[in-house]
Amino acid sequence: MAKIRNFSIIAHIDHGKSTLADRLIQRAGLVEERQFRDQILDSMDLERERGITIKSHTITLPYTSKEGVAFDLNLIDTPGHVDFSYEVSRALSSCEGVLLLVDASQGVQAQTISNLYMAMEHDLTIIPVINKIDLPSADLDLVKEQIENELGLEAEAAILCSAKEGIGIEAILEAIVQKIPEPKGKDQNPLAALIFDAHYDPFRGTIASCRLFEGTVRPGDIIRFMSNQERYKVEEVGVFRLKRESRDHLSAGEVGYIISGVKTVSDTRIGDTITLNANPAPAPLPGFKEAKPVVFSSLYPISSDDYHSLVDALEKYKLNDAALVYQKDSSAALGLGFRCGFLGLLHLEIVQERLEREFDQAFIMTVPSVQYQFSLLGGTNLTVDNPQYYPDPATIENSAEPYIRATILTPDRYMGAVMNLCLERRGVNSRFTYPAPGRIEILFDMPLAEVIVDFYDKLKTITQGYGSFDYELIGYRQGDLVKLDILVNGERVDALSLIVHKDRAREWAVQVCDRLKEEIPRHQFKIAIQGTIGGKIIARSTVNAFRKDVTAKCYGGDITRKRKLLEKQKKGKKRMKMVGSVMIPQSAFVAVLKTDRE
Amino acid sequence: MNKAGLYIHSPFCKTKCPYCDFYSVPSPSLVPDWLKAVKEEALLYKARFSGFDSLYLGGGTPSLLTDNELSELADILFTHFSFSPHIEFTIEANPDDLTPEKLVLFRDLGANRLSLGVQSFDDEDLLFLKRRHSALQAERAFEWIRGAGFQNISLDLMYGLPGQTLSRWFHTLERAVAFRPEHLSCYQLTIEKETPFGRMLARGEIDPLPKEKEGSFFIRTSSFLEEAGYVHYEISNFAAGVHRACCHNLKYWQGAPYLGLGPSAHSFQDGLRWWNLRDVEGYCRALAQGEPPVAGTERLTEEQSYLEALMLGFRIREGVDLELIRNRPNVEKILGDLKRAGLVRLAAGRVSPTAKGFLVADSLPLLFSS
Repeated sequence: MAKIRNFSIIAHIDHGKSTLADRLIQRAGLVEERQFRDQILDSMDLERERGITIKSHTITLPYTSKEGVAFDLNLIDTPGHVDFSYEVSRALSSCEGVLLLVDASQGVQAQTISNLYMAMEHDLTIIPVINKIDLPSADLDLVKEQIENELGLEAEAAILCSAKEGIGIEAILEAIVQKIPEPKGKDQNPLAALIFDAHYDPFRGTIASCRLFEGTVRPGDIIRFMSNQERYKVEEVGVFRLKRESRDHLSAGEVGYIISGVKTVSDTRIGDTITLNANPAPAPLPGFKEAKPVVFSSLYPISSDDYHSLVDALEKYKLNDAALVYQKDSSAALGLGFRCGFLGLLHLEIVQERLEREFDQAFIMTVPSVQYQFSLLGGTNLTVDNPQYYPDPATIENSAEPYIRATILTPDRYMGAVMNLCLERRGVNSRFTYPAPGRIEILFDMPLAEVIVDFYDKLKTITQGYGSFDYELIGYRQGDLVKLDILVNGERVDALSLIVHKDRAREWAVQVCDRLKEEIPRHQFKIAIQGTIGGKIIARSTVNAFRKDVTAKCYGGDITRKRKLLEKQKKGKKRMKMVGSVMIPQSAFVAVLKTDRE
Repeated sequence: MNKAGLYIHSPFCKTKCPYCDFYSVPSPSLVPDWLKAVKEEALLYKARFSGFDSLYLGGGTPSLLTDNELSELADILFTHFSFSPHIEFTIEANPDDLTPEKLVLFRDLGANRLSLGVQSFDDEDLLFLKRRHSALQAERAFEWIRGAGFQNISLDLMYGLPGQTLSRWFHTLERAVAFRPEHLSCYQLTIEKETPFGRMLARGEIDPLPKEKEGSFFIRTSSFLEEAGYVHYEISNFAAGVHRACCHNLKYWQGAPYLGLGPSAHSFQDGLRWWNLRDVEGYCRALAQGEPPVAGTERLTEEQSYLEALMLGFRIREGVDLELIRNRPNVEKILGDLKRAGLVRLAAGRVSPTAKGFLVADSLPLLFSS
C-alpha cells in the first residue's frame, strides 16, 4: 500500500500557489498535457477571473519517490486572502506539513507572515519555496535574507522553483516525502474523521471532504456526526483525483470523501467529527475554531417572489462555505431578507458573486456594518450589527466599536501616502519597523469599520500594488457612534441606514446623498434626499423634476403602440424599489457602497 | 353615452406634408376601388355595431373627394349603419380644397362639424410646413365655413416649430381666437422618424425646440386659451365650453367603442382591438376577395385595460376615477406628492391632471402600476 503525505501550500496572494498546484497535478500524470487548463484547482469562474483561490479543494496525487517508494500525496489547497484565515486553519489542521511559497521578486509579504504563524500553531513541518525565480526582477539574495530575518527560517533549505517553467518540481516532491512526517493514527482505532469541507450534489446529497485521523470507514457503515448525534449509512467513500474516485474503504491518515445520503444540508457541519455509531471515538477532534463573522450586511431578493429560492440557495451555499452566517431580516423598503455575517469584505463580495452566478439569485445588499457594543443606562449591554436595532440615543451610556491591528508592509517610498490613508481612516498608535532595507512595516490600530469598505483597494492603488495588508482584531474601544438615516422624499429608507462614528457621519452622508442623486431617475416632482442624525439634517441633495415627456397626439391608431411602450417601461420598473412615491433603482443600493468615483 | 363612434379613413392627399405620419397616397385614381372596399367593409361590421352617435371623416384629406364620391360614401354609410339623431358629424378639410359649393354639399350630407387644417396664420411657418395654402386663404376658408352654416368649427394649429418664438406662435393663436372657433387643436410639432422632417433631423438640417422651451410654450398656450374662454380638455385640445369637446375623439380617451373603416383604421369594441392593412391596394384586394382587411388584432388583458385606462385617462381633464387606483401601493403618498407639485387636482372622486400635469402625462400611469 502507498505511503501517505498530507500537505498544503500557503502563500501571500499572487505568489503563484495555484500555478504550483497545477504543476504538481501535471507531474503526477493526472491530466494529459493537452487537456491541461491553467489553474485546475481554481474551478470556480470567480477564482479564475480574480486569480485567487477562494475555496479549498483537495486532490490525491500518486507519486513514486526516487527511492522507488509509492506515495499518495494529498494536496489540500487553501485560500490566499486575509478574509479566509478560518478556511486556511481548517485545511492546515488536516496536514502534517506545508510548502511556504515566497515570490522571488516581491519577497515576504504580510500574509506570508500570518500564514507562517498559523502553520506554526498547528505544529506543521514548513518547507520554504522561492517561486518565480525565472523572473528578471527575481532577487534571490534579498528574498533569502527576508526568509532568515523576517520569517526566522533557514534560507539554505529553501527550494528554488519556477512553477510556470516547471523548474524545481522534482525537488519539491522529494522534500514532501522526505521532510513531512507520515500521518499517525491506527486503522483499528474507533473512527475519527474531520470534515474540513463539503459540497452539495443534487443527486448524491452532501459530499463531505474528510481527513481520517483514526480508524477505518466503509460503505454500509453506520456513521454518526458527533456534534448533533445524527446517524447515516455510508453509501460511498473514495479519494479526489480530478473527479471523485470510489474506494472500498478509507483509513487513518487518508484524505477523501464520504457520501452518506445526507439531504439535510445543515446536518453536515464543517469542523464536525464523523465516527462510527457502533464504536464511537471517545471525543471529537480538537483544533477547529468557529469562524467569526466581522462584517454584516443584509440581503434582499429583488422580487419578493424569489424569497424562497434565496432561502434555498443560502442553505446550499452555506454547506460549501462554513464561514457564512445568516438569519432572517426584514426591511420596510426591501421586504423580507437575511442579515448575513462575513469574514471580511472580500468574503462578502465572493458570497454575493457566487450566489448570483452559481445559484442564479438576484438580490440587493445593504451597506456593510461591523458589530457595535452599547452600554445602556441601567446596566444593559447590547451588541448591534444591524442599524435597525440601534438603541434609543437617550439611553446610551457609552458605545464601542471593534478595532484591528493593521500590519502593512510596503516599500518605504509609499510611507507618507499610507500614513495619510490610515489617519484618514481614524488610525491611531502607529509604529514602524524596518524589516529589510527599503521596506517598512507600518502598524496601526484602526476601527474595523474603516477598513471594510474599500480600504484594501485604496492601499493597493496608493502603493502601486506593492503594499500588502493583514490585520487581527484587537478588541473594542469606545467611540461616539450615531445612527445615520437617509430620507428620500421624506421617507426613511431603512436599508440605507448606517451606524457610523460621529466624526465620519457627515462625510458619509454627503457621499450617499450625492450618489443617490445620480442614481434616482427624475420623477414628476422634485425629490429631496437627506442624511439625518436623530432628525437633524446633516446632508442634502435634490433630484429635479422633469418637465415634459408627453406626446402631442394619441388617437385610435396610437393607443396600442403607446401601451406597449408603457409595458416595457413597467418591466424596467421591476428593477426598482418603491419607497413611498419614489422609484429607487437597485443600482442605487449598490452605488452607495462605492466610495470612489470613476 | 357609450354609443360607438364611426371613423372613415380617406387616405388621399395631393402632397405629403413633411411632418405627417398618417397613412396617405397621392393617387386619386384609386378612389373608386377604395369606395367599393369601404362598402364591403361596412357590410362586414354592420351587424356588430348597432348604432353610432359620432361620425368622423378624416385622413388623408377627405375634402379632396369629388362631390359624387362624397355623396356615394355618405350613401353607403347611411344605408348600412344607423346613427343617433344628435350625431356629431365631422369632416376634416384643408383651406385650399374648400369652395362655398363644397361646403353646401357637406351640409347637405349632414355634416355639422368642420375641422380645418390651418396649422398657422404665419406664411413663413406655412412654407416651412409645406402647406399649400396661405394665411389669407385660411381666413377666407373660415368665413366660408361659417357662411355655410357650420356652428361647430375646429381649427388645427401647430406650434413649437424649429426656431419659432413664443410671440410668433401667439400671433397665430390670437388670430385664431379672433375667429371664435368652437374648438382648437394645438399640436406641438413632434418629429417622427419616418417622415421627411425626421430624415432632415437625422441629417442635422433642422434644430428642434429645446425641451424646456416646449414646456413653457405648452403652459403659456394653455393659460392663454383658458383666459380666452376655452377649456383645456385634452393635452392638445381646447373647446369653447365642455359641450364643444369633440365627442368622437373623446371616445378614444374614454375607452368607448369605435369602428374605423379604410386603410390603417383602428377599431375597438369590448376589449378587442383590430387594425387594418395600411396600403390602399392591399386593403382593397382583401375586401374584393371577401376577406376582412385586418392586419392585426389584440384582446386586452385586465392589466392592459387598466394600463390603457390610466394612460388615456391622464390625457384628459376629467382624469381617472380614484376607485380604479384605490388599492395600489403608496397611492395616498403618490397623490399627495403629485398634488403638492401642482400636477393634479383631486375632486369629485377623480384625479385630474392640471396643465402642468399634462406635460408629464405619459409617465403618470407607471406610478400606479406595479
